[in-house]
Amino acid sequence: MALVVTGSVIGSFGAVFLKFGALALGRHWSTWLLNWRLAIGVGAYLLSSVFFVMGVARGELSVLYPMVSLGYICTLMWSRLFFNERLTASKFAGVGLILVGIVLLGLGNH
Amino acid sequence: MSTAIATPAPTVDVPERRRRALLIVVGCTLIGAVAQVLIKSGANHLSHPGFLGAILGMLTNPPLFFGYCLYGVFTALMVYALRDGELSILFPLIALQYVWVSILSVVIFHESMSPLKAAGVVVIVIGVAVLGRGGAKA
Repeated sequence: MALVVTGSVIGSFGAVFLKFGALALGRHWSTWLLNWRLAIGVGAYLLSSVFFVMGVARGELSVLYPMVSLGYICTLMWSRLFFNERLTASKFAGVGLILVGIVLLGLGNH
Repeated sequence: MSTAIATPAPTVDVPERRRRALLIVVGCTLIGAVAQVLIKSGANHLSHPGFLGAILGMLTNPPLFFGYCLYGVFTALMVYALRDGELSILFPLIALQYVWVSILSVVIFHESMSPLKAAGVVVIVIGVAVLGRGGAKA
């Protein structure tokens, strides 16, 4: 459980750094390659997938889907915190429905 | 390093750019689903399981190789979309990938679609539609 939770939180920070990196892009192609924010974002994603794979290998499959959902909630908070994005009713409703759908899919896979 | 901050092109208005970001991410989820299916079929034919075998397989096993290449394309398109779109909308949209994978698993691997899975697919699609509508309006 701890592995998959850690993976989710690291993954949500990966998304934050990809967004920071995207905002730092310029017209020149080198702004894609020499972009430390993007590099951290990609690195965080790879690291989170390692945690997921280790977690699943240790039989954490049942908590995998709910914990992936935790990553979504973290990302909503970081969006508000770091990018001043408005948290509207339609965002909560949409994310809530997606979470319910992911849990149903997870139950259906057993 | 990268100090240049991207300035919006004046020719395309903000709602249009946000809509485009949404469409790019929907395309991303299709690419991601195909990548996942390729990696799954490639991993089934891995001759040497384990960490080194997996690394070797990524380079020598065509489905694995193209699967991971597609993940590269996925990430680049995602970053491109994040320039204009809100993270709080685009990130949850990636869940659409589960929908495509569920459909591809039935079509390609002939896995069964249980009622629970079908319900999950429908609920995710509704959630994505609610998010997308809000995102295009905002």
